[in-house]
This record gives sequence, C-alpha cells and structure tokens, in this order.
Amino acid sequence: MPHIVAEHARRATNTSPIMELRGVKQHYAIARPLPFAPKKIVRALDGVDLRVKPGSTLGIIGESGCGKSTLARILSGLEAPSEGEVLFEGVDINSLRGAEKRHMRQNIQLIFQDPYAALDPRMSIEQILSEPFEIHPGLVPESGRRRKVQELMELVGLNPDHLGRYPHNFSGGQQQRIGIARGIALNPKVLICDEAVSALDVSVRAQVVNLLQDLQQELGLSFVFIAHDLQIVRHISDEVATMYLGRIVEHGTFAQVYDHSEHPYTQALLSAAPELRQGNGTKRELIMLQGDPPSPLDPPPGCRFHTRCPIAQARCAQAEPTLDGVGEGHNARCFFPGPIPVRSA
Amino acid sequence: MSTATNTVTPTEGAQAAARIPGKVKGGHHYWWLRLRFIISGSIVLLVILMAALPQIFTGFGPGPTENCDILNSNLPPSALHPFGMDVQGCDYYTNVIYGARASILVGIVVSLIAFAIAAAVGAIAGYFGGWIDAVISRLCDMAFGLPFILAAIVVLQLFGQRNVWTVIFALALFSWPGGVRFMRSSVLEVRNREYVQAARLLGASNSRIIRKHIVPNAITPLLVLQTLGVGGMISAEAGLTFIGIGLTPPAVSWGLQLAAARDYIDAAPHLLIFPAVFLTITVLGFVLFGEAMRDEFDPKGK
Repeated sequence: MPHIVAEHARRATNTSPIMELRGVKQHYAIARPLPFAPKKIVRALDGVDLRVKPGSTLGIIGESGCGKSTLARILSGLEAPSEGEVLFEGVDINSLRGAEKRHMRQNIQLIFQDPYAALDPRMSIEQILSEPFEIHPGLVPESGRRRKVQELMELVGLNPDHLGRYPHNFSGGQQQRIGIARGIALNPKVLICDEAVSALDVSVRAQVVNLLQDLQQELGLSFVFIAHDLQIVRHISDEVATMYLGRIVEHGTFAQVYDHSEHPYTQALLSAAPELRQGNGTKRELIMLQGDPPSPLDPPPGCRFHTRCPIAQARCAQAEPTLDGVGEGHNARCFFPGPIPVRSA
Repeated sequence: MSTATNTVTPTEGAQAAARIPGKVKGGHHYWWLRLRFIISGSIVLLVILMAALPQIFTGFGPGPTENCDILNSNLPPSALHPFGMDVQGCDYYTNVIYGARASILVGIVVSLIAFAIAAAVGAIAGYFGGWIDAVISRLCDMAFGLPFILAAIVVLQLFGQRNVWTVIFALALFSWPGGVRFMRSSVLEVRNREYVQAARLLGASNSRIIRKHIVPNAITPLLVLQTLGVGGMISAEAGLTFIGIGLTPPAVSWGLQLAAARDYIDAAPHLLIFPAVFLTITVLGFVLFGEAMRDEFDPKGK
C-alpha cells in the first residue's frame, strides 16, 4: 500500500497545527489524611507538547493510568490544565469567555468511551440530537432542525424513523453512532475520541472506525484518537504518540512509531500485541516489562521508564532525557534510542 | 477453565424449574406490589375526590353547618344518619366528608411547596458545590435543629384567626430541609455523568444543564419522599388542630372534630371514631402510595 503511506506522509508533513498543547501539566492535589501531612500531588500530565494537524489523525497509545483520558479532557476543554496552554487555531481555549467560548465549543467535540452513559436516558434521540441546535440557535433555523437531525441520523447510518426512541432501545454500536452524530452536529473541526470504540464488539468496532474515517473524508475533521487497541490506532492514525506516566515518550508518523520504534517502551508496548508482532515484515520479540508502572504520585527520578527499562544504564536514573529528534518528524525521549537488541535465549 | 459438559436428566430439569422463585420485583412478590398500588391509589383518589367535590358523597344535600337541629344533639348513628349527629345536632356524615378538604389541601399543598423548594435549592447546592453548597447545607442543618412541631406552634401562635392557608404557611416554612438534602445527594450522583459533560461540551449554560439534564434525572427520589410526606403533613395538621393551635372554627376539619369530640367521649363515642378512622385511612393511603411508588421507581431500594 505504498500510495496510502505516501498519502499519510503528505498529510503528516502539512505543518500549521489546528490544535496545540504547550507544556501542559495537570496536577491533582489529594486530600491530606492528617492536617499537617505532606501534600500529595498526582501528576496526571507532566509537561505535554502536542500538535494536531488539520484533517489528519493523531493516535495516542499507552497503558492504563498514563494520562490518556486526562489528555482528552484537557484537549476538549472539559478541564483546564494547571499549567501550560491549550491552543485552538493559535488561541488559548481556556482564556476565552462568552461568545468566543461558545464559538470554540462548536469546533472541539469529544466522543466518550461508554456510549450509553453519554446519552441522557430521559431524552429521546430527537431531543438529544436537537440539543446542539437549541444551544446554538443561529446555526439552523427552527423549521429546518428536524430535517437536519434526520440527515445526521442518515450520515451515521441510523434509521431516521427511530428518532422517537430512547437510548436504551439501541445497541451499543448504535448508541455510539448517536454519540458521534451529536459530536459532529455542530460541524466541529476537531473530534477527540477517548476510547470511543473500546466498549464495542469487535465487529461493530470496525464499522464505527470506518464510519469515523468516512466522516473525516467528508467533513475534513481532525481526530485525536485515544485507544488501547494498538491495531485500530495503527489503522486510523497518520501520526502516533506514545505516553508513559504523564509524558510523551515517542512521537512520529504511524509508520515510524509502529515499524521503527526507537523508544524501548513503545517497543515493549507494541510487542505485547500479538497481531502486530507477526507479519508486517518486522521481526519483533515479546519484551516482558518487569513490575507495575510507578505511581504518578511519586514518579521515579531521571528517566521515568528506567525502573522497568530492559536497556537502562546508570545515567538513566540520574538525568531525564528530552524528546529529541531521531529522524524526520520522529522524536523519542531516550538516551539510547534504537531497537532493543534481540536477546539470545 | 474446564469445559466439562453436564448431562441433565428430565427429572432434574423439572426439579430445577420448580425451584425458580415466583415473579419477584424488589424483594416483594409482584402481585402484592400491584395490589398495594391499586388499594393505596384508590384511597388517594377517593379522598382527593372527597376534598374536591364533597357534594357527590352527601347526595348534593345541605352542607356541614346547614340543616341542624339542636334537639338531635349527639344522637348515635341511625339509618337516616349513618354517622349520627354532632353536638349541634348536625348530620355528622356530612361534617366528616367536608372535613377531608382541609386535610387534603394542607397535606398536598405543603408537600408541593416543599417539593418545589427542595428541587430548586437542592439542585443548586448539588450542582454548584463549593461555598453555595456550604451555605445551603448549613442552613438546612440549622432548620433541622428546630423541632418541627414546636416551630410550627410558635409560628401559628402569631396568628389569631387561623385558616387553612395559615396552617399551610406554618408547616411549609419548616418542611423543606429534608427534601433539600435528599435532592442535593441525588444531584451529586448525576452531575458528573458523561451526558452532563457532553452537554457542557456542546456549550450548554448551567441553567440549561440543570433544567434539562440534572433535575429530570435526579428528581425521582424527591418525588417519592414528598409523596410519603403528604401523610405526615395531614397528621401534623390534625395534631396541631387537636391541641388548639391549628385551624379554628368555623373551619371544618377532622382535627377540629376530634378536638370537639374529646369532651363527649363517654356519651357519644361515634364523634371520635368516624373522623379518626377517616384520618387514619387517609394517612395510611398516602404512605402506602408513596412506598408503592418508591418500589416502582427503585427496585433496589428495599
């Protein structure tokens, strides 16, 4: 599929970003058990820089608890970061007020993981899908709203005759389609999918992913696709970023990150997916990481991965590497980037 | 995981089928729930009808203080006057039927007021949190500290001539704190749901989120609580009236009838029995109705 790779590469190199994170930190203070106990802080995100390019898809991978969902909430504006800037078209979204903020809201939407929890159980589908237009009454005149809602239903592959039904009448895949229809109702520019297909059956998952890709083609959306399903991220993404303990440890095009991983954590993560280990012409051995990820309450000094890294050296425990270029548009946060040498059994 | 298959003989299957319990909802048998709902619902409908249109029950005859003959004072029940006569020689059946209006009006209006205050204040406290929640919660705690009946007595003392609306005012003044706490806690449960976040992402205002998403999803427990409360308010009205600080004549109410009857308890026990039975059945009807509603909405509650 060389032409597809070329297409991805062309989109990935198109530079001016539509969304950008600059030095974003999100720290949550934990209530102290005793009045004078030391204050504890969870560093969910600890200095994240990211760029989302228009019309392309940025995939985020990493294990549970690495800050992926916090990243989604920050990007969508549900939470303001404790430090750093979230820029949409060059403007910090958390500095906006009033009409500007409402306008920004139209442009960034989030698709939730649990499709049923994201739909108000006491509202019919028509009410759910009309809500965006009631909040932004200037977009579609009242007389045309019903037609518009029907179009949305058709766009996501649902029967418009079912508008009077309630969320519990639908299957998980259909509920997620409704969630997507609501997400794209306002014609956003960025759609953030936080584990949007993880709760769905494998067969339905493929349908929803295809739907998302079709919508991207038709509407020119930018995606931030957060998932723990590595294969789907590979399938949908133009660029991929790997997260570990609130930091981005590797970032590049999907081909760079998946087929030529430089950071040992990315290699270990990808090696844990059997379907990625076989085929693709890459020889990849299963790399077993020892122990659990360290707590974000008390991250280790130096490189955050050194406690579990198979190639860690003394230097890794003392200084922290920066996210350095290891290739054209390919960055890794490691002193010793490169494939882990295959151990002789 | 072993995948051993068990063979089941027909007799074993039949035994297993016999062990399946009957249709059960919320720990009760379904038929009992149905029956309770029908009985309590009928009682509630009947007393509401009695309060709204007492004429239906008295055959469109004379009202409670009309057609009295002092010579018939305290006559026991007879065929013509099934509940007997009161002190003034009026038909007691008519009096008791007309007495429903005050009780029902107090019970329902006080509960409605408490419901409205609790829904609004509790939703605001739960949704916004922070200092707003702190102020409202401490106010509730303070209102809780006052003994309900004592506080109502103090307020009612301020009025010389007391009618139904005075009593409603006094009871409603102190009836909301429980509901506010209730509403606040169910709002806390709802406010971080993903559909609320989705509405916020669409740019919905706080007032829209509260009206369209928070209140509809958090109101059910409060609705049940206030339905259960109707019975309590009816007995509170009767109790206050009985000890002489609730309604005053010329109002007609079960509490006033009970208060008047206590002087003739030996000579004319029917004066006490009939309003007491009506009062008890009405209160029981509302409480059962509230409980039936609770089980209907929340099968896990019991």
